[in-house]
Amino acid sequence: METITAASGTTSLTWLLIALPLAGALILLGTGRVTNKWGHLLGVATIAGSFGVAVALWLNLLSKPSEDRAVRQFLFTWLDLGRFKVDVALQLDQLSMAFVLLITGVGLLIHIYAVGYMKGDDGRRRFFGYLNLFVAAMLLLVLADSYALLYIGWEGVGLASYLLIGYYQTRDTAGPAAKKAFVVNRVGDIGMSVAIMLMFAAFGTVTFQGVFEAAPGASSAMVTGIGLMLLLAACGKSAQFPLQSWLLDAMEGPTPVSALIHAATMVTAGVYLIARSNPIFDLAPTAQMAVIIVGLITLLAGGIIASAKDDIKKALAGSTMSAIGYMMLAVGLGPTGYVFAIAFLLAHGFFKAGLFLGAGSVMHGMNDQVNMRRFGGLRSVMAITTATFGLGYLAIIGIPPLAGYFTKDLIIESAMARNPIIGGLAVIGAGLTAFYMSRIFFMTFIGKKRWTEDVHPHESPWSMTVPMLVLAIGSVASGYLLMRDNTLEKWLEPVTGFVEPEGSLAPAVVTGISLAAVAVGIVAAILLYLRRDVPQVAPEKVSFLVLAARKDLFGDAFNEAVFMRPGQWLTRSLVWVDNKVIDGAVNGVAASLGGLSARARRIQTGYTRSYSLVMLSGALLVLVLLAIVGR
Amino acid sequence: MMGLPAATQGLFPVPQLEYQNLAPVLIVLVAALLGVLVEAFLPRTARFRAQLVVTFGGLLIALAALFFAGNTDGVIAEGAIAWDGPARFLQGLILVLSFVAFLLFTDRKIDPGRDAFAPRVSAVPGSAEEQSLTEKLVQQTEVYPLALFSVSGMLLFPAANDLLMMFVALEVLSLPLYLLAGMARRRRLLSQEAALKYFLLGAYSSAFFLFGSAMIYGYANSLRFSEIAAATSSQSASEGLLLVGIGLISVGLLFKIGAAPFHEWTPDVYQGAPTVITAFMAATTKVAAFGALVRIFYVAFGPVREQWLPLISVISALTMLVGVIFALTQREMKRMLAYSSIAHAGFLLTGVVALSQKGVGAILFYLVAYGFATIGAFGIVTLVRDGAGEASDLSAWAGLGKRSPGVAALFSLFLLSMAGIPLTAGFPAKFAVFSAASASGASWLVIVGVIASAIAGFFYVRVIVLMFFTDPQDDTTTVAIPSLATAVSLAVCAGVTIVLGVLPQIGLEVADRASLFIR
Repeated sequence: METITAASGTTSLTWLLIALPLAGALILLGTGRVTNKWGHLLGVATIAGSFGVAVALWLNLLSKPSEDRAVRQFLFTWLDLGRFKVDVALQLDQLSMAFVLLITGVGLLIHIYAVGYMKGDDGRRRFFGYLNLFVAAMLLLVLADSYALLYIGWEGVGLASYLLIGYYQTRDTAGPAAKKAFVVNRVGDIGMSVAIMLMFAAFGTVTFQGVFEAAPGASSAMVTGIGLMLLLAACGKSAQFPLQSWLLDAMEGPTPVSALIHAATMVTAGVYLIARSNPIFDLAPTAQMAVIIVGLITLLAGGIIASAKDDIKKALAGSTMSAIGYMMLAVGLGPTGYVFAIAFLLAHGFFKAGLFLGAGSVMHGMNDQVNMRRFGGLRSVMAITTATFGLGYLAIIGIPPLAGYFTKDLIIESAMARNPIIGGLAVIGAGLTAFYMSRIFFMTFIGKKRWTEDVHPHESPWSMTVPMLVLAIGSVASGYLLMRDNTLEKWLEPVTGFVEPEGSLAPAVVTGISLAAVAVGIVAAILLYLRRDVPQVAPEKVSFLVLAARKDLFGDAFNEAVFMRPGQWLTRSLVWVDNKVIDGAVNGVAASLGGLSARARRIQTGYTRSYSLVMLSGALLVLVLLAIVGR
Repeated sequence: MMGLPAATQGLFPVPQLEYQNLAPVLIVLVAALLGVLVEAFLPRTARFRAQLVVTFGGLLIALAALFFAGNTDGVIAEGAIAWDGPARFLQGLILVLSFVAFLLFTDRKIDPGRDAFAPRVSAVPGSAEEQSLTEKLVQQTEVYPLALFSVSGMLLFPAANDLLMMFVALEVLSLPLYLLAGMARRRRLLSQEAALKYFLLGAYSSAFFLFGSAMIYGYANSLRFSEIAAATSSQSASEGLLLVGIGLISVGLLFKIGAAPFHEWTPDVYQGAPTVITAFMAATTKVAAFGALVRIFYVAFGPVREQWLPLISVISALTMLVGVIFALTQREMKRMLAYSSIAHAGFLLTGVVALSQKGVGAILFYLVAYGFATIGAFGIVTLVRDGAGEASDLSAWAGLGKRSPGVAALFSLFLLSMAGIPLTAGFPAKFAVFSAASASGASWLVIVGVIASAIAGFFYVRVIVLMFFTDPQDDTTTVAIPSLATAVSLAVCAGVTIVLGVLPQIGLEVADRASLFIR
């Protein structure tokens, strides 16, 4: 394990990373209409400041030898009552640094984009306040030095996500979508809080350092339990099976939110959690296997759902689920996978944010429509959007030499090295990705125009296109830059460890297989969506698989059957037990307390003479007690 | 013997007084006397402003004097007063709490053109004289000097180092309060009844205290705490005198903090007194009285702890349970808060039972949390009104969250703090006293305390549910717009409650550092 030193010099600025956006959020949400005019600029400025600090910190870390990079900045002691001590401290190391750069960098671009996108929206100041709040909470999440503090950031991003999904308060669908995200995330959070309680019970501490040092001494059942609970938490936040259903509805939020929170950053928090907890998972093979299975199911399910959606944002959301499934799969592989998971996560941050911003740009030009069956041929009017979206599309499906090729391919390789079945399923996922992404691209930008009559598509203003261009550059180059000379492996190795995957198949063969799968996916999409006309109304008579995919693979029905109905049955029976048995006791206690209270009130007559009599009896009682105790 | 050698020389001994350390008390006394002069010589129209200057100026100067008085521990004023951490901490706390509470006194906006006090206290309630005074918008400003006198007594009470000084402080703090309780502008009969009850029972309890002091003098031949302590550890004879003395003194002090079974005056007086006065005395009297109680039990009776520890433990448990159980069925907001403050006295007594320096630190912190939440809660009560003044019945608070979400949220904050919910000051406070008590082996008391907290949670949360999730029954309830002073006062209370909830360690450290008694 690497050593962690106290923050000093440049690294003592770490707290500023969080403080700046937090101050922005407080000002924007606290001042009311006064800041309406320039509030959004303040929002952008705080993130820009944070990004500046992040870059300075990064350069500072780069200048140190790799095993001395981790620093801990102690802020204050929250509570110290002997055995119960909670410190608030930040930990900046290679893993959190990577996330900080992603969050502030992509966050800054999306803030700039939102200036143009939200122009004319009455609540723009509120919107930027929420966004700043989100960035602050997300930074707290990745900079915390303990599970307790991480939990606060974890809840903070949940809150910001909830507020932003429900941002369009006047829409009927926004409220329920926000509620759904909230409820599903609560299920995950139970895992988080139970994990923290288990750690406190087993190790007496919840700091990363303390837990990781003590973990090898704990029983394997305890470690596995903690691992599974952390996995449950990760599933909620990262929309993994079986808690995936909220992400598709979360697309009700404004598009910059979908790009920042529900594609690039927050939904990757689960991946961060597991990568951060690597010393625990490395001790718990069962929990690791569970992570792999969850990742595989989600990456396939997400791909199938994305293939049938006509709503461009929902199709992209399915794609996000699938991509995070890949990351989960990779972190489940242990030291051979952590680095690749983070590499794919960072690259994904670029191209998925870029794709969402592209979708937002399309919606901006098309009167906020999202139905791809009424798009088509948009490349003729939206050149920049088409180009940036196209690069993102090529990147995500893994065309060399774009970002997806360098990162996703490595995940498939190490999956292959672990087990050909796992690897094979990952390859099928790659084919699916190629299919649904081609479908989105063809239906939106190529083919015949199927526009509704009232739209006049146009290219978006520069404040929107510039972030898209920057992200497109990232989609092209980030993979190469991260993986060239094993840069990221060397960077992350002190935190997550790294073992070269050794499989029976040569890497070139694996690459060949997955590229073949990608080619099949593209060809299928060409045959279905370019050679044939796309109907303007979704066909009714479709295969069962398409029907299932349209209904999110019956995710809601699944939830209803597996969780809601048994849950309702359980609550009903619990209510029965509660009414008959517990309430009997509780009501009995309450009634007797109430009765006692009511009867006792009679002592409180209001007469001074009776009060003084009670006092006198009290004094006698005191003396009697003293006399009994005294010798 | 006290100061006799000089008298034998035929001269009256000139006591040596450390004016620098006594300055806070003296400044408040001088301000009170100035206030009396203002009442006597200034025309009625000029008095209000003058009183504000004298009162708030006096408190600020006293605070500054306290700040610069230095913190070298020692026994001063010929041994009558202790100058140590708890004394300084509590004096500062009393001054700040008084300042915040007095801000509420000044409000003439809630009840337009009037304040909370009767135009002439001597006027017969409902008489023609009162009617005409009310119509002429006559206002009295005598509350300010009275309250200042009371504050000076409170400052002395926790610093008193002998029984005589303690008794004097007790009377100085109590007498003005008896008067103040009877000065309500509305519901005057209730108010006057409260004042008379408070006076009679207060005098009764003072008699217990005095009688107990006489017993102790008989036992130890001294009134000085350190000498009483010395006597208890050396002597073995006349144990009976000591026990009776401890018992009777306890009765006097337990009455002041409102511990069961000496608590019955509390709801009646809290309800009858003008609400702003209730806010003031509920917070500051408890601070001062707990300071005195802890000092006397730790310093004077410390060596014989096994004699009184069971007694105080039983009283603590009884007080917690009585407070929360009676609060369950209250229909009146002020009475409910009164029972809640009784329960808090019980929680605080668990810190006394801890009998450790940690316990003292915990009590000091608890008093801060309790004081500000109490002033804040009663301050909110003054805002919620119906046609006849303050809307006292709980039903009038239904649906308040819909009409005035800010006020309802603020009130919820204070209630949550009293209930001890995390991220408010009440949580670390309760946690600290309970963990101190449990560290000293009083586990059964902590269990009782946790049960009482659970019951208490019910009636606090019930009010929150009432405000936010119940539809209003009628529309006669209104929420008054407070004056700037009231708003500032409420903001300070809310600020302290949140800051000490989010960053409790700061307060706990200060309290811990101030927790060593001089002996």
